[in-house]
Amino acid sequence: MTTRTAEKVLSFEEALAGFDPTLGLEVHVELNTVSKMFCGCATGFGAEPNTHVCPVCLGLPGAMPVVNEKAVESAIRIGLALNCRIASWCRFARKNYFYPDMPKNFQTSQYDEPIAFDGWMDVEVEGETVRVEIERAHMEEDTGKSLHVGGATGRIHGADHSLVDYNRAGIPLIEIVTKTIPGTRDKAPLVAKAYVAQLRDLLLALGVSDVRMEQGSLRCDVNLSLAPAGSGQLGTRTETKNVNSLRSVERAVRYEIGRQAALLQSGVPIVQETRHWHEDTGVTTSGREKSDAEDYRYFPEPDLVPVAPSTEWVDELRATLPEPPRERRARLQREWGFSDLEMRDTVGAGAMVLVEETVAAGAAPAAARKWWLSEMARRANERGAEVADLGVTPTDVARVQALVDEGRINDQLARQVFDGLLAGEGTPDEVVAGRGLAVVSDEGALSAAVDRAIADNPAVADKIRDGKVAAAGALIGAVMKELGGKADAGQVRGLILAKLT
Amino acid sequence: MTELTRRTAAELAEALASGETTSVELTQAHLDRIADVDAAVHAFLHVDAEGALAAARASDERRASGTPASTLDGVPIAVKDVLATRGLPTTCGSRILEGWVPPYDATVVARLRAAGLPILGKTNMDEFAMGSSTEHSAYGPTHNPWDLDRIPGGSGGGSAAAVAAFEAPLAMGTDTGGSIRQPAAVTGTVGAKPTYGGVSRYGLVALANSLDQAGPVTRTVLDAALLHEVVGGHDPMDSTSIDQPLPAVVAAARQGATGDLSGMRIGVVTELTGAGYQPGVQQRFDESVQLLVDAGAEVVEVSCPTFVHALATYYLILPAEASSNLARFDAMRYGLRVLPEGIESPSAEDVMRASRDRGFGDEVKRRIILGTYALSSGYYDAYYGQAQKVRTLVSRDFATAFERVDVLLSPTAPTTAFRLGEKLDDPVAMYLNDLATIPANLAGVPGISVPSGLAEEDGLPTGVQVLAPATADDRVYRVGAALETLLTRRWDGPLLARAPELAPALRGATA
Repeated sequence: MTTRTAEKVLSFEEALAGFDPTLGLEVHVELNTVSKMFCGCATGFGAEPNTHVCPVCLGLPGAMPVVNEKAVESAIRIGLALNCRIASWCRFARKNYFYPDMPKNFQTSQYDEPIAFDGWMDVEVEGETVRVEIERAHMEEDTGKSLHVGGATGRIHGADHSLVDYNRAGIPLIEIVTKTIPGTRDKAPLVAKAYVAQLRDLLLALGVSDVRMEQGSLRCDVNLSLAPAGSGQLGTRTETKNVNSLRSVERAVRYEIGRQAALLQSGVPIVQETRHWHEDTGVTTSGREKSDAEDYRYFPEPDLVPVAPSTEWVDELRATLPEPPRERRARLQREWGFSDLEMRDTVGAGAMVLVEETVAAGAAPAAARKWWLSEMARRANERGAEVADLGVTPTDVARVQALVDEGRINDQLARQVFDGLLAGEGTPDEVVAGRGLAVVSDEGALSAAVDRAIADNPAVADKIRDGKVAAAGALIGAVMKELGGKADAGQVRGLILAKLT
Repeated sequence: MTELTRRTAAELAEALASGETTSVELTQAHLDRIADVDAAVHAFLHVDAEGALAAARASDERRASGTPASTLDGVPIAVKDVLATRGLPTTCGSRILEGWVPPYDATVVARLRAAGLPILGKTNMDEFAMGSSTEHSAYGPTHNPWDLDRIPGGSGGGSAAAVAAFEAPLAMGTDTGGSIRQPAAVTGTVGAKPTYGGVSRYGLVALANSLDQAGPVTRTVLDAALLHEVVGGHDPMDSTSIDQPLPAVVAAARQGATGDLSGMRIGVVTELTGAGYQPGVQQRFDESVQLLVDAGAEVVEVSCPTFVHALATYYLILPAEASSNLARFDAMRYGLRVLPEGIESPSAEDVMRASRDRGFGDEVKRRIILGTYALSSGYYDAYYGQAQKVRTLVSRDFATAFERVDVLLSPTAPTTAFRLGEKLDDPVAMYLNDLATIPANLAGVPGISVPSGLAEEDGLPTGVQVLAPATADDRVYRVGAALETLLTRRWDGPLLARAPELAPALRGATA
């Protein structure tokens, strides 16, 4: 069923020549509350299927929901951090549709009375500030998870049978919806990515969610439409789901711009529909058509009383908010002594929090930046992953740098330590021990190796004796080669120069 | 032992306390009575003799050690099949839940168990409480003990008939638009609908969440009050439950039983009398009003003009909520699962469709369709939205009326029990049975139905309904008990004493 046939896609530049993109982003955040939205069940990730369930989250006949006050608190704090207004009175509503992973066949959500609304977040993209307006942030419950067994695609079609795990059913979700974001032009993919990245950092700082995109605790739907360039109009949008990494957010926007532009250019109208993002192939495919035919028959949830946070409570929560993102960034840049460009690159790589934590673990800011933005960024890129998701922790990076500072390894060996960390060989110290990576600092052994290098390369040695110190590099290389890179290059150089000058 | 089944719950509680009888003895007496007459009455969908007797033994042990769990400890009870009972089938009168055994107790049931009341079994009802005759039960109708060819009211016909036929001294019912009060009226029993939120709905399989309320079904007002105090009060599992102390309903019932209503202001609702009410019903109602005047009450006529729209309002709000509530019955997790015929490898949707087609009866489907339509985009404002506005007006009518009077009075049901099958093909005629009871559900106010006599034209029971402001449940018990006392005095005994004897015909081996 899945149409994997490649659709025609215009190049990004061609697409932008003819069209203006308009973005809209919907982010679902799973809160890290101890219990679910409407019952006392645990919320931990990765438990045996259907062990975190009860009559309420299984939707058994007669069971009734009770609102988790901690979730309301988190929702309000998120709303405040996004500069939203907080509703003084709002209700839950039922969103009615049939799906096997939804125990009641309605989702308890909020409809026209969200807990938070009319906010904004300023997003930094390549040194420019883009204000993203927030339409609303509302509370709802997550659905269960279907596993389709026996088919080739892992999708329901062609599957032999399906299993449903209701552990996730009822986990509190906050859906954060932006207003349409116009006028981003060629920055659209970066704005989308930067918005999600910054939102993730904000949620992390608020302490309300684990924000692990790969575990689905932060999920993003990308709405995108094109209108003729300069027309100021709004085109028909598509909603791309399953965009579950920062990199994918950028790629999905880029792809949809190219795809929609190709269609529009050949006179084919865009169908308003849900599309699925495929991480592996980097394309979107058509999901269900989302037209006016979809009618969720919302109405206020009669089993719950309205949520009416008092002004006092909201003010109390306002006082618990972390430093706003812009101010925080400025402070960190000041503390770290980074140039504007260095800071921009750090933020752009999604590494600000990582650098912060690495510094907190004892590394110098410049060293932390160096590892995350060069070595880690390169490896992430190779794997198509985010630096944060590599599995190397700020503590690891700080320890590697400490080993370098202590002279026990050099930068070259440090790279091998990272290989070991990524291969799951243990802590940095364990990798150094396991791979035998410590540098040779024994003067006698080093001196012998230098002597051999001089003897093997008499011509080079003569040049150095003649004062051409720059030629020492060749001898250093020979020594390093002999010692398998396990030497401190500075120390080797010192020995060579001492013997020949 | 028959004599035990004729006594009120209050009398049985005394007999237990004095050691005159044991819970095992009187539970067995009721089980015997069920065995004798229920083949004819069909009040029960499931009888749990073993569980009831085990609970009775435990109760007797508590009594013996001087630690009864409550006044009613050991007095058996029947429970409407819409309340979840751990380990006991709960079908809601529907095929779609055939064989479903809940893994948990409704709060009401948990409180009954904690208070030591042995549960005799689960009583019949219209499917998912949709109906006024119990004829919409997927398991066959219940018969009115006064005339087995007639309906016992609905949806809680099973609970009312069980109490009227002396199969149980007490029963639990639920009332969404009259399902406790209307069966009480047509079976000559007492039924109380508490203030919305006064009794927990946790574990009550929802028909319409904003209207449903569980309450007592008994033979006397005092028994209703005693049961009300066992099951009522705040429940943190039900967000809509009222977090304040229960009104002192037992004390109010005892006060009312003196027959003195001096200082009580009573309003007769203009819109709920006269045209559309059977002459015998109206006549007994008028006599009741006169008795209350004689007892010292001040009686005035009160108009509640929007009550004439209550029925239409109710039939938009109820189906809307019900259509959503019933969506969960999809054969995926529990209940009936039907594989569609003629489909090679059916999808989940195919199975849902086939199961719901087979599992739901016509009345349920009718209301799901109505509710789905009323909530649909483009129609919401005109139907559901509008209905909510009228609902507010109904509440305002009550508020205005209660500025002038302490309680309101009307006949409970417009007619006496009609014949089985008589209105089955005319849904609107069936809906009209709840004309007088529905306003209380829309406004969430408490009400009670007490017997007012037998209609002259057919000799069948009639009922009077007393309504009070929200959380003033004590008033309906006081006025209800006063009326009961005065009428019982006039009849020289309870009305049910005049009900025909049911032949213990089909008892068979247990005889």
